[in-house]
Amino acid sequence: MGNVLTIAGRELRGYFGTPIAYVFLVIFILMSGVMTFSLGNFFARGSADLSAFFVHVPWLMVVFIPAISMRLWAEERKSGTVELLMTLPISAGEAVIGKWLASVGFMAVALAATFPLWITVNFLGNPDNSVIGVSYLASLAMAAMLLAVGSCISAFTKNQVIAFVLAVAASFIIVTSGTPIVLDGVNAIAPQVVVDMVAALSALTHFTGATQGFVALSSIVYVVTMVVFWLFATVVVLSSKKAD
Amino acid sequence: MPSNNLSENNPLLEIDGLYKAFGPVKAVNGITLTVPAGEVLGFLGPNGAGKSTTMKMVAGFLDPDRGTARICGVDVREQAKQAKANLGYLPEGAPAYGEMTPLSFLAFCAAIRGLKGAAGKQAVEQAIERTALEPVMKRRIETLSKGFKRRVGIAQAILHEPKVLVLDEPTDGLDPNQKQQVRELIQQLSSDRAIVISTHILEEVDAVCSRAVIIDRGVVVADGTADELRGLMPDAKDPSLEDVFRHLTNSDLPGGTNG
Repeated sequence: MGNVLTIAGRELRGYFGTPIAYVFLVIFILMSGVMTFSLGNFFARGSADLSAFFVHVPWLMVVFIPAISMRLWAEERKSGTVELLMTLPISAGEAVIGKWLASVGFMAVALAATFPLWITVNFLGNPDNSVIGVSYLASLAMAAMLLAVGSCISAFTKNQVIAFVLAVAASFIIVTSGTPIVLDGVNAIAPQVVVDMVAALSALTHFTGATQGFVALSSIVYVVTMVVFWLFATVVVLSSKKAD
Repeated sequence: MPSNNLSENNPLLEIDGLYKAFGPVKAVNGITLTVPAGEVLGFLGPNGAGKSTTMKMVAGFLDPDRGTARICGVDVREQAKQAKANLGYLPEGAPAYGEMTPLSFLAFCAAIRGLKGAAGKQAVEQAIERTALEPVMKRRIETLSKGFKRRVGIAQAILHEPKVLVLDEPTDGLDPNQKQQVRELIQQLSSDRAIVISTHILEEVDAVCSRAVIIDRGVVVADGTADELRGLMPDAKDPSLEDVFRHLTNSDLPGGTNG
């Protein structure tokens, strides 16, 4: 555990040691505001809650998460530091978890930086703050999951652009598999039970439930399973590709 | 099973039948070597001969197809973490995190190696002193010259006083003064350690190595002191190591791997 935290700490400081962190945070916060107030019709809705923000979070993440995950391993492999890291007395699992944890920590900072939205709704009315709190946790859980997916994709390539584009595609598929775009298509060719299975695999289905203040055990199992699976896959990919 | 009990006579580094192929290319084709304490082994060979691949396998970065290496009697494949704890490794090109300073980078490496608090601080200070990094220790590594970057890599490798040092081209990119410093450092460290340095600078062998191994196409073609290697060309009059090297490795290997 000590090694995991040491690696996570180094990685997280690495984000803030370059302009990446600041550019990302500013644009993420700007886009959150635009989504909420402009696309989300925050004022016209006349309701003191943050659903105008949270309904857009999955789509923000489809674009922004890959921007974080793309460098996780692709950059280490490109610069050769992966050789240094993997010849230190740590296991590949510790390295993978440590770097992923740093990226989750960074997204936690990004989400926390949207707190003016929370203050605004409390200023304007009496929102259900527990629902907002759960929605933030659900957002972080979704980020953690998509970062695990992105970590695995990043381990496949030395090229960050490829890692970004593939992670956007993968995130889009994972998020949208619960929407009519996908479900109607599946419904046309498969029985209802398959449709339900696809919907259950969708991040959006779980996320929407959570933003309404309803957290099912299945959602927690879903997130944990996805994270464990994709981090394990990262270790496997890294072990076979690290020296290429 | 290899023994973990290290007796006086056991070599600190044992390379045991390492074999690695990349597709049809046999990059390392059965290399066996032992390096006892006090020896500085020069690992020579043309580009693509398998030097770096061998070193990567010894360091536990690359899995061999066959064979293994033991560091202080500990198998790098079976007990990787424990074996790596006794190894200092400078990868080819001396990679380091560019956005960090040498100070923070070395502190990170020390922490991973279990050197925390006062012990970590002391280890970092000593490594910085030994590699003469003081003038740049608070500058970002990506802004440093090639020579300083190389020394950051060497500092990282010697930080934890490892019994076995494997340095892939430690003097590459250094100016003559810096080369001399690094050679002196290697000599200082060598008394109770096993050190392997790869190089294609043959003067290095006379300057710092107590023994040299030449490999070509993944196999050992010569093994001995510099004088013994010169003796491999009895017909030539006063041959240089370069003559011996060319004589033994006079082959262009297409499709070789890097190093």
